Amino acid sequence: MTVSNCHSMKRVQRLMSAITRDEVAHLARLSRLALADEELDHFAAQLDQIIGAVARVAEVAADDIPPSSHALPLTNVYRPDEVRPCLTPAEALAAAPAVEDARFRVPRILGEEA
Amino acid sequence: MSLVRKSAAELGALVASGDVSAVEVAQAHLDRIAAVEPRVNAFLHVDAETTLAQARAVDARRAAGDDLGPLAGVPIAHKDVFTTTDMPTTAGSKILEGYRPPYDATVTRRLREAGLVILGKTNLDEFAMGSSTENSAFGPTRNPWDLSRVPGGSSGGSSAAVAAYEAPLSTGTDTGGSIRQPAAVTGIVGMKPTYGGSSRYGLIAFASSLDTPGPFARNVLDAALLHEAFSGHDAMDATSIDAPAPSVVEAARQGEVAGLRVGVVREFGGEGYQPGVLARFHESVELLESLGAKVVEVSCPSFTTALPAYYLIAPSEASSNLARFDAMRYGLRVGDDGTRSAEEVMALTRAAGFGPEVKRRIILGTYALSSGYYDAYYGQAQKVRTLIARDFEAAFHQVDVLISPTTPTTAFPIGERADDPMAMYLADLCTIPANLAGNAAISVPCGLADEDGLPVGLQIMAPVLGDDRCYRVAAAVERALEDRWGGGLLSKAPGL
Repeated sequence: MTVSNCHSMKRVQRLMSAITRDEVAHLARLSRLALADEELDHFAAQLDQIIGAVARVAEVAADDIPPSSHALPLTNVYRPDEVRPCLTPAEALAAAPAVEDARFRVPRILGEEA
Repeated sequence: MSLVRKSAAELGALVASGDVSAVEVAQAHLDRIAAVEPRVNAFLHVDAETTLAQARAVDARRAAGDDLGPLAGVPIAHKDVFTTTDMPTTAGSKILEGYRPPYDATVTRRLREAGLVILGKTNLDEFAMGSSTENSAFGPTRNPWDLSRVPGGSSGGSSAAVAAYEAPLSTGTDTGGSIRQPAAVTGIVGMKPTYGGSSRYGLIAFASSLDTPGPFARNVLDAALLHEAFSGHDAMDATSIDAPAPSVVEAARQGEVAGLRVGVVREFGGEGYQPGVLARFHESVELLESLGAKVVEVSCPSFTTALPAYYLIAPSEASSNLARFDAMRYGLRVGDDGTRSAEEVMALTRAAGFGPEVKRRIILGTYALSSGYYDAYYGQAQKVRTLIARDFEAAFHQVDVLISPTTPTTAFPIGERADDPMAMYLADLCTIPANLAGNAAISVPCGLADEDGLPVGLQIMAPVLGDDRCYRVAAAVERALEDRWGGGLLSKAPGL
């Protein structure tokens, strides 16, 4: 077995472990999704199956292959730094759930009581 | 022939000559929509007054002697994932219910500039995530060929609207097959342009490195006319290709394949494919040979891992893109009772506003990008992406285009795969490689499967910026098959 194959095998073994309900709950918290208990149960089983299937990418011997984040070779695109027409404050605020003094009104963002 | 049965090219010519007014064309389609929508449910929003106002503007321009383009006065159904200032934009999600965007997408703006008359916004899988349109928060769309079956997805409202003669043209977006797969299962033409060939500005993002706007139509020339109308460089999209757009209309008119080298992808076929799909595909291969194409088999070994790579890359990008739905600046806000923190309101809103498939993908993407798993999942998927691009590159040294079935099966029954994500994901098996590598690819009808009498699509894949080759081959196949059938495939569809 080559070194690269050996690495792949280790990966496969590590990926065999199922995703637990607790892990899904943690990921939901990170994703700001307040999931109900029954949703967590349902998703944990489905995600375990999906992750089992997509883990097949680990079987591809690709240690020396460069990753592609994108389909096309891209370079950063700049434009001249000049003032151009943009949304008015009224337009930008038109779809906001709550507005106060021409600003987005949001719930408290700090720990202390409002 | 009634106006709704005419092609976009014919309707454009009738309006330009003054034989028919744009208002008459729009009204005929609004009447058709009113008649069949209770059964099809292709649209999320139709507003006759806004539509007729656009049509009146085209008629006024004609009366003033303006030079109208080939699609002026032609109605179009617009996927509800493109922003429109004069119609709600929901992406099929409760989190954006009733949302009115403050600006038009570039695709929307170019439709307006071409004088196309927007009939309304079409249904889709929520945030374009799905292959059946069952993931819409506003109910499923039904396949006009068999109302108990799905119209494909995510652009299923757009495919159904065109197949049901509610519109001659529609827009779609293709991230993993969301134009080609619905086109295949409803018996129409659907094209995924080269990535960067059509603008993403104002397209609500799902997976930004894959999302590509493209056209649906009932014939190849109409698709090319629409493709040309809204594609091309856009300074508002940093990934837009700043190069001349391929001449797709010319290619669609020409439709010549003599001497063209065509590669059959060895990896797509066999187990898991419906016999009727494979039978129509093999006939298409013979047809291309009879038209003078040189057909060879080509192996693209990495294509077999495209599906798992896609279901790591697309959810990873989605988990990041959908973070913008934070209940602060637009859209739904739930639980803001003065006691809860912004973070609690955010989590409650996202739980109430997103459907199950969107939640699954956000969690999957968050997992794949997590520290400790990143290299094994997202990083490895990106390497597979490189291998797929290399397979395409090697193949296009041997052949001019690659072909395969568009989908492994015909349209499946509504409900069959709704709570079985892996079964649903398989619908995109053959379409995903072109997304990962950015290639152009089209689906054109190639017949009906014997076992269920439902449409089958032929997929034609071309190199980056080789969009014209897709249209050239698709037009040749269409012409030959219509001669054989005595009309388009849709003429065989049961009436609604």
